[in-house]
Amino acid sequence: MELIGPVTESLATHRQRLGPVPALASDELIAELESSRLLGRGGAGFPVGRKWRTVAERSSGRAVVLANGAEGEPLSRKDRSLMAARPHLVIDGALLATRAVGADDIIFYVGAEHQAADAAMRHALAERQDIRGRAQIVRAPAGYVSGEESAAVHFVNAGDARPTTTPPRPFDRGVGGRPTLVQNVESLALAALIARRGHEWYQDRGRWSGTGLITVSGAVNHAGVQEIDFGVTLGDVASAAGGLRGDAQAVLLGGYFGGWADVDEQWGLPLEPRSMRSRGLGFGCGVVHFLAAESCGVEATSRILTYLGSQSARQCGPCVFGLSAIAAATQRLAARSPQADDLDRILRWGGQLAGRGACHHPDGAAGLLRSGLELFADDFAQHQRRRCLTVSRPERVAVA
Amino acid sequence: MGETIEVDRIRCDGHGLCAELLPERINLDDWGFPIVKRGPMPDHLVEVARRAVDTCPVLALRLARSA
Amino acid sequence: MNDTLLWYATRGAGVVSLVLLTAVVVLGIVSVMRWQTASWPRFLTTGFHRNLALTTLIFLTIHVVTAVVDPFTALGWEAAIVPFSSPYRRFWLGLGVVGIYLLLAIVLTSLLRPLFGPRAWRMVHWLAYAMWPVALIHSIGTGTDPRFAWMLAIEAVCVGTVIAAVTWRLRRIEPTAWRQLPPTIPPVKKWS
Repeated sequence: MELIGPVTESLATHRQRLGPVPALASDELIAELESSRLLGRGGAGFPVGRKWRTVAERSSGRAVVLANGAEGEPLSRKDRSLMAARPHLVIDGALLATRAVGADDIIFYVGAEHQAADAAMRHALAERQDIRGRAQIVRAPAGYVSGEESAAVHFVNAGDARPTTTPPRPFDRGVGGRPTLVQNVESLALAALIARRGHEWYQDRGRWSGTGLITVSGAVNHAGVQEIDFGVTLGDVASAAGGLRGDAQAVLLGGYFGGWADVDEQWGLPLEPRSMRSRGLGFGCGVVHFLAAESCGVEATSRILTYLGSQSARQCGPCVFGLSAIAAATQRLAARSPQADDLDRILRWGGQLAGRGACHHPDGAAGLLRSGLELFADDFAQHQRRRCLTVSRPERVAVA
Repeated sequence: MGETIEVDRIRCDGHGLCAELLPERINLDDWGFPIVKRGPMPDHLVEVARRAVDTCPVLALRLARSA
Repeated sequence: MNDTLLWYATRGAGVVSLVLLTAVVVLGIVSVMRWQTASWPRFLTTGFHRNLALTTLIFLTIHVVTAVVDPFTALGWEAAIVPFSSPYRRFWLGLGVVGIYLLLAIVLTSLLRPLFGPRAWRMVHWLAYAMWPVALIHSIGTGTDPRFAWMLAIEAVCVGTVIAAVTWRLRRIEPTAWRQLPPTIPPVKKWS
């Protein structure tokens, strides 16, 4: 287990296991990351090498590295597990990033509620000589959007964890007006491994390349964070989680901003960002959440949308009004007391959300809604008629 | 190479004057916030678009070159 | 030039300016209240608000210039530029000068709004609620006797419409109340 483990790894053990931080030059390091085709792990999946290159091009030596471990996604626990178990790997990654992009400040953005991760990172920073004075930990406020990259920068700059209008993007003007690399902590940890072992280590693993963390939850016997080689199937992951608890009807992939998929159909789905994308699914931040057969898909979708609505930063009208209207309508549908055109309205409102906020929060909600309406189409139709399919599962017969 | 209208979604307060002046490109949703038609604008509308940008009470609009 | 003509021009342009400013203030309130009908879209309100304000500047120029060059009033340019420096009706005239400066500030920040930014623009624009009463009091205070009925009527209508508009304005719910975060974001229980 490279990225997670039962105890916090000390500096001594870390150095013993992996050796010192490699002394690669900036362009060498960026080239390795580009060749590895490592994708970011915060949810957007942007190529890491390209991101570092973008910041390096704009930096005059005073850039900032913001290691993003806010992990505002409720179903994800991987970032805090990583920081709690392998803080030195994360710090190595951040250090390498400063050299690659020409930065002289590091900010570790750790979720305010994640005590174990915070303690481990603080202790680890105190242990190190090579990072003295250049790094600080900033506690991210609880909330879904506080991990968004412009929100993180905004919080560091002004104590306000709400997204800002872009442009300018953080790589142009971020913390203190300086070019800022906002990178997920897992991405930094993997960069630290790739720097030591070369891009081939990451690439040459047979058909699928890459490795990473996922968080499995829901109708499984042993929910938790798993470290996987990319390409393992959904079925493999379920087995590694102790098997499904009963039957599962659907799986949420990626996060609350991801989407639902049919479990039977996708049992053989290789969990790997690029191939998932080609199937219209998203790896996101590695959330794999199984929905039990006895649960109602409409109700589950409604709860997620209600949560997402409550987490709006309340800066943009389409998000505030659109999400709250959709949440209210799906709640009515879930409770089987909808208004006559609730289903039509959420279809219309959902179609109007994308791209009309300053950040991608409404886009994520729109995607979740769309996947729910697709996968649970029959359920939604039944709920509009004040019935529910779940009542008599597993026969899956509609109750009159 | 055409022009498009971009909305600063945080500044926008949903006044809706833009949609009054440029209904060919801007519609309002159920709560009065603009939905901008995608794609570059026909040239004959650029002048009106400029007026719409000036008329926005909170300066939430701008004309930008589209790729 | 006929002295009486100058005198009438000063007073006439002054009255017109007051009426125009009243319309501008009322239109500003109508705009902020987002009032509209099928045949009166909002851009008409904002368009008139802007154009009448600029027209007012023309009439104010006539008002000030004719007042200064009129040999009967013996006002110098200093009286028009430095507030409260004229011995003739020092206070009431001085108010007029103050009023013009307030109006100029509002107009300039509006014309150059991209330069000043929305917040500065907003703060200066609120001075309109000081500018209009100043203009009204200047008008009443520098008015020569006898007070004509039509002049009183005009002043009454101006005051009446502004009071009505401001009362209407005070009653509105802030249309951007949706920006305020709810008192507590209710913690939605995480489900599984």
